[in-house]
Amino acid sequence: MTKDFPDHPDWLWSSPEPRRSYDVVIVGGGGHGLATAYYLAKNHGITDVAVLERGWLAGGNMARNTTIIRSNYLWDESAGIYEHALKLWEGLEDDLGYPILFSQRGVLNLAHSLQDVRESVRRVHANRLNGVDAEWLTPEEVKEVCPIVDVSPDVRYPVLGATYQPRAGIAKHDYVAWGFARAAAAMGVHLIENCEVTGVEVAGGRVQAVQTTRGRIAAGTVALAAAGHSSVVAATAGVELPVQTHPLQALVSELLEPVHPTVVMSNAVHVYVSQAHKGELVMGAGIDPYNSYRRRGAFHIIEQQMSAALELFPIFARAHVLRTWAGIVDVTPDASPVVGTTPVDGLLVNCGWGTGGFKATPGVGWCYAHTIAHGEPHPLNAPFSLERFTTGALVDEHGAAAVAH
Amino acid sequence: MLLIPCPWCGPRDEAEFHYGGQAHVAYPENPAALSDEEWARYLFFRDNPEGRFAERWNHTAGCRRWFNAVRNTATNEIEAREVIA
Repeated sequence: MTKDFPDHPDWLWSSPEPRRSYDVVIVGGGGHGLATAYYLAKNHGITDVAVLERGWLAGGNMARNTTIIRSNYLWDESAGIYEHALKLWEGLEDDLGYPILFSQRGVLNLAHSLQDVRESVRRVHANRLNGVDAEWLTPEEVKEVCPIVDVSPDVRYPVLGATYQPRAGIAKHDYVAWGFARAAAAMGVHLIENCEVTGVEVAGGRVQAVQTTRGRIAAGTVALAAAGHSSVVAATAGVELPVQTHPLQALVSELLEPVHPTVVMSNAVHVYVSQAHKGELVMGAGIDPYNSYRRRGAFHIIEQQMSAALELFPIFARAHVLRTWAGIVDVTPDASPVVGTTPVDGLLVNCGWGTGGFKATPGVGWCYAHTIAHGEPHPLNAPFSLERFTTGALVDEHGAAAVAH
Repeated sequence: MLLIPCPWCGPRDEAEFHYGGQAHVAYPENPAALSDEEWARYLFFRDNPEGRFAERWNHTAGCRRWFNAVRNTATNEIEAREVIA
């Protein structure tokens, strides 16, 4: 599992002084912002682009997520964009010319009740109709895929089966960000760190510029990719978003021998677990319940996710927690993102990915770049409009969004 | 872990409480007269400030009563609380 680590990278991108004006300003230098810049340059030939990041590149949720990649969502709209992302993941290493340690080790979504079983089987069928690989596994088959899961019938929440997506997996999040950053910078995109956007200037219903801690920067299009801070930035342009910002915690164990061959998620006992290439068990659970911009959660949430993990994996009983951390995530009412136009001309929004944005990185970058280049959404992100909250055409993914929402 | 000051029981551990989201969101007075935009705002849009936020808590594992608090979402400091009449 430890093969093929690249050397510690030298500088992969330049750090230019910001110009006073760009065709496109992307607010947020995380995975989504960088992928968007990359596809803007690659697919649309638009390179007069700046990605403004208030800290360092990919230091927000891109550095804090649990790197699970899958596309087994229920509705056609979601299958469209997440499966597009998964197909891009499958070729991303060659495309970027940079190793990202994408490992298609599969994901098991466990069912622990009759309701779970029915929903899961329904989702398997829905996935198949959308060309997403999915299988329903019995407890014995779950044990074959992941021998360390306790499938005995006498536990509090016995495993009654699982959905299995073999093409799902994990990737090394930092390398993904660096790969996109390197490739975007090579095509002329400006990646500007330590540059916080403090306001969006609007005149006559059209975006004019952003105010930043490094001065005013004029822009033809301003594309937000600010995750937990989306509401704060959008509010400066007078745009309200249907998101609530919450802390989301995760943790890793000390380094262990390879023991966990896949990814396991359980809505009912409330945890998801994989083993990173280096050997840490990586675990996460749900958001802390209250709104907060503080990247810190409560310890009882960690305790609950540890007890859930032990219920499923008794073998973990003697593993030590190495560290825990939190990011802040923007959660929508229907557990689906908002990607598209806003009432302000030239101001676009990509937010509301809540707890599951990493898996979509290349797919949303592709679609958001299209939205920026054409001024209207790509067919794959058109359903994820801000207007859906008015029309009622919600994309309810609380089931497939799994543990976290 | 937040230490939340219940107006009746005093300061208690966050795990004893249920969160109720933004405070002072009134049910529409005349629901039948609402436009789609107004319904969307009532159902799906809530304030999400980085700073002072008026919110509701229920002391589910204690007195089981609701109260409002003003908490700073940037620091998690609880600055005020009020009993709901």
